[in-house]
Formats: sequence, structure tokens, C-alpha cells
Amino acid sequence: MEQKTKIKAEEGQQELLITREFDLPLELLFKAYVEPDIVEQWMGTKVLKLENKKHGGYQIETSDPKGNVAFRANGVIHEFVPNRKITRTFEMENTPFGVQLEIYEFEKLTDDTSKLNMHVIYESVSQRDQVLKLPFAQGINMAHNRIQEIVSKLK
Amino acid sequence: MLVASQSMTAGAIASNFNTARPTVSKHLQILTECELLKQEQYGREIYYLINAKKMKEVADFIEPFRKMWDSRFDKLETIMKKYKTK
Repeated sequence: MEQKTKIKAEEGQQELLITREFDLPLELLFKAYVEPDIVEQWMGTKVLKLENKKHGGYQIETSDPKGNVAFRANGVIHEFVPNRKITRTFEMENTPFGVQLEIYEFEKLTDDTSKLNMHVIYESVSQRDQVLKLPFAQGINMAHNRIQEIVSKLK
Repeated sequence: MLVASQSMTAGAIASNFNTARPTVSKHLQILTECELLKQEQYGREIYYLINAKKMKEVADFIEPFRKMWDSRFDKLETIMKKYKTK
């Protein structure tokens, strides 16, 4: 089966390309990126600020179940062309991953389908590779926590 | 992709591309060094075949990252479909 979300990350490059086709009209796909309450729903994060305009800024935050801030990220919007393009920076606060440049291109395929091209450029090859490994590491961490949980119940 | 179905000689592989034979050989050499291809000698000919295990390792490296985005985008799609009728 063909994968809906494709990732191109060539060895030794400090960029990656994520592409995805949606069963959504272009306008709805774009809307999902600009309306804070919608962004919150699908990103699973709280939007503290989202200024959809050139030189606008944004900030998002995720808390753990206890209410502690687990993750905060921010960036600046460099280009904002409705239903076509968003160019912005993205930085995870208090992490060694640096600032990444993100270029989102929104494309109409048919009246009911659309495509997103997400081009991300990192400060270095190693920072890109570290970010790529994050969900893998998180998966292992979650497994470890689960083991810990189970083991502690056995005591 | 070619060697996925059968093992082939460098010459046979090169005949499928509009590229000079030495260029193809160089690429095969690099892929072999990275262990993405394996070489097998039959008589005078060297056959190249895919190292499926290694290919899978390379694909697996970004798979959790891809899955994370895939599920995020699935969620986006589901949420936005609700707005479609409005």
C-alpha cells in the first residue's frame, strides 16, 4: 500500500522533505494551519500565540498530565500567502536542536483533494538526524516507563 | 529497484540506465560499501543482490518519525472533514 505521508531525508543532508496528500479541499487544509483552536486539536498542543502575517510570531506549549510544561516551541513567520505558502522558523525551547527553517507549500489537486509539501532545513546534518531520531527515542522511553510501571506493581 | 527481484551483473544493471558503465559501477560500489547491496561471484561474473535486512534498517530509522507525522496528518484530516459540510 502506498504511504500517505512520505519523508525524504537524504544521508548527509541537513534538510528533509515531508509530503502528504489530503482528502480535503485546499482551503480547509490551510485553515488547519492558521486557526489556533484547530491547530491545538490536531497538534495536541496549546497555542499561546499565532500571528499569521509577515514578521508575526507564534508560540506553542504542551503540558504533561500533572500540568507541568513539558515542551515549548516558538518561531517567526517570514512569509504568509493564504492558501499557498507559509515560511517560518521553529525552535524547541531549552533543547540542543537549534532553529529550523520550515517552508510549507499548499497545493490544490482537485476540488476535494490537496497536497502539502513541508521542507525543513536544520542548522546541521547532526541536528537533523537527532530530530529524526526523537520519536524513536520517545518510543523507547515510553516502553521503559511502561516496564518500570509494570515492575513496580510486582513489588 | 532492479535488483529487488533478481540478482544482476553490473553490465545488466547499467543497460537499464542511460549512464556510462563506470558511473554505474561506482554507484554499485558505494551501495555495496554501505552494505545495501551484496556481491556474489559466479564464475567470472559478479552478481549484485539486495541486502534486504540493511535496507529495512535504513527505512526503520525514520519510520517512527514518519508515523508520528502520518498520525498527526490523519488527525488533521479527520478534524477538517467535519468543517467540510459547514
